[in-house]
Amino acid sequence: MGMTVVEKILARAAGQASVKVGDVVEPQVDLAMSHENAALVINQFQEVFQGTGIEPKVWDPSRIAIIFDHRVPAESPKTATNHKKIRGFVAANGITKFHDVRGDVGGICHQILPEYGYVRPGFVVLGTDSHTTSHGALGAFSFGVGATEMASAWSLGIAVNIEVPATIKVVVKGDFPPMVGPKDLILHLIGKLTAQGANFKVLEFHGETIRKMSTSGRIAICNMSVEAGATSGIVPGDEETVRYLREEAGVTEPIPCVTPDADATYVQTVEIDVTALEPQIACPHMVDNVKPIGQVLGTKIQQIVIGSCTNGRLDDLADAAAILRGKKVAEGTRMLVFPASSKIFAKALDLGYIHDFMKAGAVVMNSGCGPCLGVHEGALGDNEVALSTTNRNFKGRMGNPTGEVYLCSPVVAAASAITGVITDPRKG
Amino acid sequence: MSKVIIKLENDISTDDIYPGRFMATVLPTETPQFAFFDRTEFNAQLKAKAFPAGSIIVGGENFGCGSSREQACSTLKGHEVAIVAKSISRIFLQNSINLGLQVVICPTIEASEGDELEITADQVLNKNTGKAFEQVKLPAARKGIMDAGGLIPYTRARLIAKA
Repeated sequence: MGMTVVEKILARAAGQASVKVGDVVEPQVDLAMSHENAALVINQFQEVFQGTGIEPKVWDPSRIAIIFDHRVPAESPKTATNHKKIRGFVAANGITKFHDVRGDVGGICHQILPEYGYVRPGFVVLGTDSHTTSHGALGAFSFGVGATEMASAWSLGIAVNIEVPATIKVVVKGDFPPMVGPKDLILHLIGKLTAQGANFKVLEFHGETIRKMSTSGRIAICNMSVEAGATSGIVPGDEETVRYLREEAGVTEPIPCVTPDADATYVQTVEIDVTALEPQIACPHMVDNVKPIGQVLGTKIQQIVIGSCTNGRLDDLADAAAILRGKKVAEGTRMLVFPASSKIFAKALDLGYIHDFMKAGAVVMNSGCGPCLGVHEGALGDNEVALSTTNRNFKGRMGNPTGEVYLCSPVVAAASAITGVITDPRKG
Repeated sequence: MSKVIIKLENDISTDDIYPGRFMATVLPTETPQFAFFDRTEFNAQLKAKAFPAGSIIVGGENFGCGSSREQACSTLKGHEVAIVAKSISRIFLQNSINLGLQVVICPTIEASEGDELEITADQVLNKNTGKAFEQVKLPAARKGIMDAGGLIPYTRARLIAKA
């Protein structure tokens, strides 16, 4: 019987000829990623070794990546002390894939991993972040885990007791109309599937639209697959994956891609034609509360946010800058921009996008998770409304339980910044 | 037998259970103070230890959706509550099993605040209405972890076996 991409990856990583849905496997971990919550992973890791007489050493320091992004630079002495503790652990264990608070190699974990070629097609990737689904964009089986599960992986080098998940095949066809793109596609899909429609399942993306899509767009759709509950989103590796890893990440080794068998079994198939897709908006307070933009036009916005692991890449910034160039952010609205990595920030600077944003009145912040999870910068005031290119709009998400967050694409955010209300970029 | 102390709606996110702004706090001894922080009254009751151990939070569909933050489980475990929900989001379910937080998936559960529930091996009985509701078995793959009392002792045993 044929296998899906994830089944093939799990079979290889578990040293088996084949696996099927529901099998319990223990795959070798190719990459284990954490951010600031490595502070908790370290605690749990040390507890595992307690009383064993075994020296607490990670199984393979070259397969661990730690990226500071959630609260950078530190917003409190507590975070700064967590950073310090993690730095000590990184040095003591010889962890090399470490990205500190830096303006040259720093950034958001879900951008750093692809950007530095840490993720390859066919990899099993664990991350202590739910948006670890992002790395399926490079053909890896990549999923979020809690800190204790990561401590277990650091100790044993395997993911223990993984149940092979069922896969939903998503086939996308057609060309995007102007001002409509990958973010609109994934919001539309989440609305269709609901927030738990893919719980315990994988979303495997196919079709001409996906094949033509850049890795940046693929990261956006895999990133938000978890908002439908998916264990992982995955785009089987192809020419674009290899191009990205060679040209943008500088990978020189062979890059074998894993593709599904023609007779693989899927639990469900979803077909989407994007030819007539409109800009999509996820309305408060759930990501599956998705509406075409026409239904929310004119909603007053106090804070526009462009950036994050979902939409802070160079093409996102280019699209937004093109709309804002020579224009001004509306009075009564503030706009925050945070590029996904320092490298992207530097390129956006060279290409003039940062200048465009600043001249328009936007505040450009360092790379990091910024206002997305309400922990650092850009909190909302009481009853304020945000329009954001990030990935979550749960109540309280942007730091204030009385605030409201609408999610959209970079072009919708940019067009709305000029007017101060939700605005259709096709008519701007 | 235990009392339902709150009945929650569908899609309770980890931001609701443990707001992102407290994520720098990681120790299980410190996280309980922030449980459901923005539900001011419920948070105050939890902190005042108004509920006996084993008290039940009833959730709807997709309980614990969102972030992988383990604080969302450690904060509830600290209050020694149990969760009975119609469905539970994958990472939250996994984290609960790993930390030993009692979670029960019960797709048809009908219960109101104040009802007395009895959780048996495969059912949830509502003593106030006299109705019984079937549980969905937790992932069989995780049985070893549950039997070991959580992922830390489980991993420790595996580590010793390997050495």
